[in-house]
Amino acid sequence: MTELTTERELTTERERVAGGLSTQPSPPPPAPRRRRQPLAAARNAWRQLTSMRTALLLLFLLALAAVPGAALPQRGLNPVQVADYFAAHPRLAPVLDRFSLFDVFAAPWFAAVYLLLFVSLVGCLGPRIRLHARALRARPPAAPQHLERLPHTAGWETEAAPQAAVAAARALLRRRRWRTDVRAEAGGGASLGAEKGYLRETGNLLFHVALVGLLVGVAMGGLFGYKGTRLLVAGDEASGSFTNTVTQYDDFHPGRLFSGSRLAPFAFVLDRFTASYQPSGEARQFIADVRYLPSAQGAGGRWRPYRLQVNHPLTVDGASVYLIGHGYAVHVTVRGADGRVALDQPVPFLPKDQNFTSVGAIKVPDARPAQLGFSGFLTPTTVATPSGLASAYPGLRVPRLTLLAYRGDLGLDSGRPQSVYQLSTGGLRRIQSKTLAPGQTWRLPGGGSLTFAGIDQWITVQVGSDPGNTPALAASGAILLGLVLSLRVRRRRLWVRAVPASDGGTAGRTVVSVGGLARTDTDAFAEEFAELVAALGRSADNPHH
Amino acid sequence: MPADATFGSLSNHLLVASMVAYSLAMLGFAAEFSFGRRSALTRVLDRGDSVPVRVAGPAPARVLVGSAGSESRSGSGFEVPAGSSGATSTLPAGPLPGRGAGRPGSEDAAGPPGRLGQAALALTVVGWAVHVGSVVARGFAAHRVPWGNMYEFSSMVALVAVTAFLVLAVRERVRYLGAFVLLPVVLYLGLAGTVLYVPAAPLVPALNSYWIKIHVVAAITATGTFMVSGVVIMLFLLRARYEDRVAAGRPAGVAALAHRLPSAAALDRTSYRVTAFAFPVWTFAVIAGAIWAEAAWGRYWGWDPKETWSFITWVVYAGYLHARTTAGWKGRRAAYLGLLGFAALMVDYYWINIGVSGLHSYSGV
Ligand code: HEM
Repeated sequence: MTELTTERELTTERERVAGGLSTQPSPPPPAPRRRRQPLAAARNAWRQLTSMRTALLLLFLLALAAVPGAALPQRGLNPVQVADYFAAHPRLAPVLDRFSLFDVFAAPWFAAVYLLLFVSLVGCLGPRIRLHARALRARPPAAPQHLERLPHTAGWETEAAPQAAVAAARALLRRRRWRTDVRAEAGGGASLGAEKGYLRETGNLLFHVALVGLLVGVAMGGLFGYKGTRLLVAGDEASGSFTNTVTQYDDFHPGRLFSGSRLAPFAFVLDRFTASYQPSGEARQFIADVRYLPSAQGAGGRWRPYRLQVNHPLTVDGASVYLIGHGYAVHVTVRGADGRVALDQPVPFLPKDQNFTSVGAIKVPDARPAQLGFSGFLTPTTVATPSGLASAYPGLRVPRLTLLAYRGDLGLDSGRPQSVYQLSTGGLRRIQSKTLAPGQTWRLPGGGSLTFAGIDQWITVQVGSDPGNTPALAASGAILLGLVLSLRVRRRRLWVRAVPASDGGTAGRTVVSVGGLARTDTDAFAEEFAELVAALGRSADNPHH
Repeated sequence: MPADATFGSLSNHLLVASMVAYSLAMLGFAAEFSFGRRSALTRVLDRGDSVPVRVAGPAPARVLVGSAGSESRSGSGFEVPAGSSGATSTLPAGPLPGRGAGRPGSEDAAGPPGRLGQAALALTVVGWAVHVGSVVARGFAAHRVPWGNMYEFSSMVALVAVTAFLVLAVRERVRYLGAFVLLPVVLYLGLAGTVLYVPAAPLVPALNSYWIKIHVVAAITATGTFMVSGVVIMLFLLRARYEDRVAAGRPAGVAALAHRLPSAAALDRTSYRVTAFAFPVWTFAVIAGAIWAEAAWGRYWGWDPKETWSFITWVVYAGYLHARTTAGWKGRRAAYLGLLGFAALMVDYYWINIGVSGLHSYSGV
């Protein structure tokens, strides 16, 4: 076929869906488009946009637009890598950044491509649905003049009258769920038009509609959902429990139209966390034993136990709780020079490598007379290397805590934000460093002490709710169903014509001819056609069976 | 754990044995392809012309049956091929053709398949069975499903590709594909056994979910089938070029290799069918992956590099299927899209797993 104008594309599309067939005279071409210019231009643009070829180009453009999102680090996923990229390519990175190449999936040009695609989709779906609805109600097309020109043909003679032969064929085809239509023909003959496989177009429309549904589901999540993270220390009353309110999060990302009232105030407590590893140090299993209290239960309600694991989130009150990280917290008791306990709690350290060498800071603002601070690292399975202590395994085999002690002003009142894992040493003076085993106490020169009481485990959980989940899942199911129908079902047509035999020798007999046409997968239809012809022949001869 | 080690090395030995069988089969297919009779290779699919068919009719009467070539698929839907009216012929009632056996339109439905080809096919089946044994032994060695790292994925993908070929060979008699499918399979297994190999070990917790059974199996099935579709698409391009050159009266050059292939139209149909099977499976794999991601990481889609490439692959193959229904894009342009889709899939599998750090970088390499 040569170049198609959009006009023709639309016409052939209409023909196809409305049941037109090129063996029939094609519908008169639409009136020439000589309307007022701007209107015509707009209509033309709309036709272009909703044409199949434009859809194809936009689809391709969408794939192309996603490539930089996979090839370059993305802020949303990995801000650290983006910073590294900036450091490594100081000239190039800002240029790339100007084109949002580090935020591809939030970039205006990416949105432009997929919105255009979906406008095109909606624009072409409207007419297709209308036409298909009409086709579903229409009669199957009349038999073409020359059945013998169809790709699949057969014929035979029978003693049954033409009407009886056609009626028998109709009964057989209807049993096989073909849609049929009988017409009388000139000269005492009759013909039957039959069609099957409308489900193909239905499936195809379902698929395309569901794509729009998926986008709606995704948008709902982005607008109304929320997501946040929180670190919890196992077995610690204060830092191991959580109530679902905004202030309890370490980090909270609401959707654009999120309202705080969507947070169901359920609560949970982390009782214990167990991590196990293979001898190689690879992770084997993480189990967080939690108790939770759904908000409907009220404060006096019954707490329920749950085993939170990777791949096994806890679902409560429409929100989901995921285990997304874990690490060690060092439990220390610190006394000031005055001898009073100034700090007695687990302090989370951040894992820095595969073997959980973890770094952190212990800040003791309540120590008197001067504030105390410690920075250092924990090695869960400690080995000595030429460059100092290191960890050889992520489990707690030979845990050691190596700290450097400071005294002075922690700078917490300066108003400048500080990381909890780092000391701001501006106002501090170094005293001494030491490596401790659990249970050991370190007496600091100049008074005060630190007792390394033990090691706790912490986890980070992500709590979130995405109201788009269910719509998106339903749309995905519809996408799959529609796809399978549209790729598997074959649309096919069959015609039977029965006319009295004209030549004198076989007077009283009827000539039956059958023609078939399949839109796709004609190979398989050839088999079906052969089988149908055989059955039709049998039924024509014994119309009562 | 000596038992595990035994299974592990058994699995490795079986893999090598299957590679040997595949290689020999490949040589057999190649020999048949080069020297065998063309009709034995491509019994059913080669149908460029209108050919009369035998179809059973009602016993007592004369039957008129005909079938024209099936090149009528195009954007406008139901269409009658021009000039097909002469295809009807009168035939006596005959036996009803069964699926695959002498289906309508065979150029030479009665000719016996070549010995060499039969032997190659038998060897492929043997190689396939040994390959299955290797995968099962690997599962016993690791005490889990045997598709948990890239070595295992690759072995499974090759297994699916061979399975797809065998199914096609039985249903549609496409033995001409043998050498062309087994060559990448053997190379692929060689790569898997050397570069990607890791000893059997349990899964990391992130992969430890029943979704691995569903999502990964779907992804592997789709990938193996796409691999076969990629091979057929390449053969199509080669054959199309050959046909063009012959039609233009020019020397065929390298394309002469395609002279024994079925017609471009037949190859095009096969590639479409294979891709149309793989595409919904891939769609399902992506959806299952999203469901799994939702359970594991708390979001069903996060534009992680792996997810992004899966999306790109999906979109490109959707483009291929669309192109097939848009008149101006049929044939070669659609074929290039199909190849692009396969390239995207390979990037998804290898570059992302090995080269890019993301949530899916669990290659173990
Ligand atoms: C997100 C974008 C889209 C995707 C992923 C997509 C995907 C698909 C797929 C997989 C098929 C099945 C192909 C086949 O039957 O061989 C299909 C068919 C079809 N699509 Fe789309 N499509 C998209 C957008 C569009 C748009 C915008 C249009 C309108 C111009 C459109 C019109 C059609 C038509 C008419 C068919 C039927 C082809 C046939 O069965 O003969 N699609 N689409």
